[in-house]
Amino acid sequence: MRLHFKSAIFSAIVVAILTAVLLGVRLTQAGSQLTVVVADSSVYWKIAAAAGFIFLYNLLRDWIERAKEAIPRPAGFGQRNLLDRPLLQKLVWLIIIIAALAFPFLAGRSQIDLATLVLIYVMLGLGLNIVVGLAGLLDLGYVGFYAVGAYTYALLAQYFGIGFWSGLVASGIMAAFFGFILGFPVLRLRGDYLAIVTLGFGEIIRILLNNLTDITGGPRGIGNIPKPTLFNLEFARRAPEGTQTFHDYFGIAFNSNHRVIFLYLLALVLVLITLFVINRLMRMPIGRTWEAMREDEIACRALGLNPTNIKLSAFTIGATFAGFAGSFFAARQGFISPESFTFIESAIILAIVVLGGMGSQIGVVLAAIIMTVLPELAREFNEYRMLLFGLMMVLMMIWRPQGLLPMKRPHVELRQ
Amino acid sequence: MLQVSNLNTFYGKIQALHDVSIEVKRGEIVTLIGANGAGKTTLMMSLCGDPRPASGDIIYEGQSLLGMPTAQIMRQGMAIVPEGRRVFARLTVEENLAMGAFFCDDKEVREERLERVLGLFPRLHERFAQRAGTMSGGEQQMLAIGRALMSEPRLLLLDEPSLGLAPIIIQQIFAILEQLREAGVTVFLVEQNANQALKLADRGYVMEHGRVVLEDTGANLLVNEDVRKAYLGG
Repeated sequence: MRLHFKSAIFSAIVVAILTAVLLGVRLTQAGSQLTVVVADSSVYWKIAAAAGFIFLYNLLRDWIERAKEAIPRPAGFGQRNLLDRPLLQKLVWLIIIIAALAFPFLAGRSQIDLATLVLIYVMLGLGLNIVVGLAGLLDLGYVGFYAVGAYTYALLAQYFGIGFWSGLVASGIMAAFFGFILGFPVLRLRGDYLAIVTLGFGEIIRILLNNLTDITGGPRGIGNIPKPTLFNLEFARRAPEGTQTFHDYFGIAFNSNHRVIFLYLLALVLVLITLFVINRLMRMPIGRTWEAMREDEIACRALGLNPTNIKLSAFTIGATFAGFAGSFFAARQGFISPESFTFIESAIILAIVVLGGMGSQIGVVLAAIIMTVLPELAREFNEYRMLLFGLMMVLMMIWRPQGLLPMKRPHVELRQ
Repeated sequence: MLQVSNLNTFYGKIQALHDVSIEVKRGEIVTLIGANGAGKTTLMMSLCGDPRPASGDIIYEGQSLLGMPTAQIMRQGMAIVPEGRRVFARLTVEENLAMGAFFCDDKEVREERLERVLGLFPRLHERFAQRAGTMSGGEQQMLAIGRALMSEPRLLLLDEPSLGLAPIIIQQIFAILEQLREAGVTVFLVEQNANQALKLADRGYVMEHGRVVLEDTGANLLVNEDVRKAYLGG
């Protein structure tokens, strides 16, 4: 054990110089000239304190390490990752959910809007995660099911006056049906070939919607899609005949933010349901067979499993969630057109799954936030945004090919 | 128990099996030896329904397997350890074994079987939470056999379990097959390692160019002049 005097001095100086330049001085424009504004003394005291801390830390490194080791640990701690402990895991989830619930009441309107968009992508990511991450079937046409869901609700609302809640269910069923239909021709395909066929399927749906002008309005899209209601309470200033508005019913003043918050909370509930359902599925035999299928199809057949059923179930269930997300998207936007369902959407959703770590649910959530919020933050880069996107993907492949938070498999301990 | 009669199998126009007839009786270990490309694996795969034989019949426990889809055949109390092991690489040992008992709904029965398999392969117990793909070849082969045993098969088909393994591991694997015989499992073993296989087997078949050319007890085949020349290095 010794004093690291040299390195301590060196790091303290580096800290002092860097922070002094970054925090201590500022260039401002005064009239037509640039002047250097020096920060007040409190900032310099903070810088000095930081440099002093770094100096002491480096100087006494060895002692600190030893002291850390000396702290007694509860048995079995440190051996396993903290997050593996089920109780702690539940606590973390609880905190995240409470934070997500509290978020709309603290944030501004545009932030809530963005968060709602994130939640839609989380749903899509979770759905695609079943197909790509768990069952290992590379699906490039996932946006097709999203479109089916959105148009199912929009058309039902337009022609039959169906409300959001029944529309949601109908969209899920319809998308599941399309997932099932797509499943059949691609049963014998794998890898690249599967990707090409699914890519084509996504495009077929979009082009079909574009050209069925009589029914879908073609490129003009469908407008005036009714917004979701809360037990038949409308979120509007004035209610249409025979209905009541939210603010009337609760006797509060009308605020257009109510609807934004309601949409956010609705999306949050949908995401939580999705998370819960998929989590259950993963622990059920069907989830195991998806993964076994991804690993080795022949071995699956040797064990008496039927690959047809496994693949179809993955496609169908994955598509269902896209259908739910689609109908929510249609209701939120109030207007949809085939424009919203281009290939780039599929690519983004797939990127979310890959970025998050195939098969990992929490990874998908994290990646959806990053993939949606980053482009918003990078608005000033305009057309270079996609370039940044690509750069991020390449860097990921180099440094973290397994994804941000790779999948931890649920497992039970063997009884001794 | 298993009766294959006059089986003919084609890959496209090429005939891989010519009038193959084989019988496995209950409680026996029967081995099938032959050189590369003799049709050993094709016969094994025909038993599993892929490729489908063009003619002949496969009777298993009094029931014809012909025309059944593979997945159904594999649920008739028969299990296969496929060539090249084919464990689920990114699943853990535990999950691999659980997949083997997929069609058993009774949790207690499943745990009983698990205990038995882990008793047979203590190594798998040590590796219980490890991903299968990170284990050695021998351990993976043990896992593949263990996975097949999890369905409690009455007939176990093994396709070249010694493929690519160190001699000492091969010894262990064959010792376990011996144990299985004592436990009452019928074994049909396809092997290139003729010496080991014939020592273990009650009866053996020799295959050449898609035909069964010899059939005798294991001990007799071991001393048979032709077999010695062709497969046992003179």
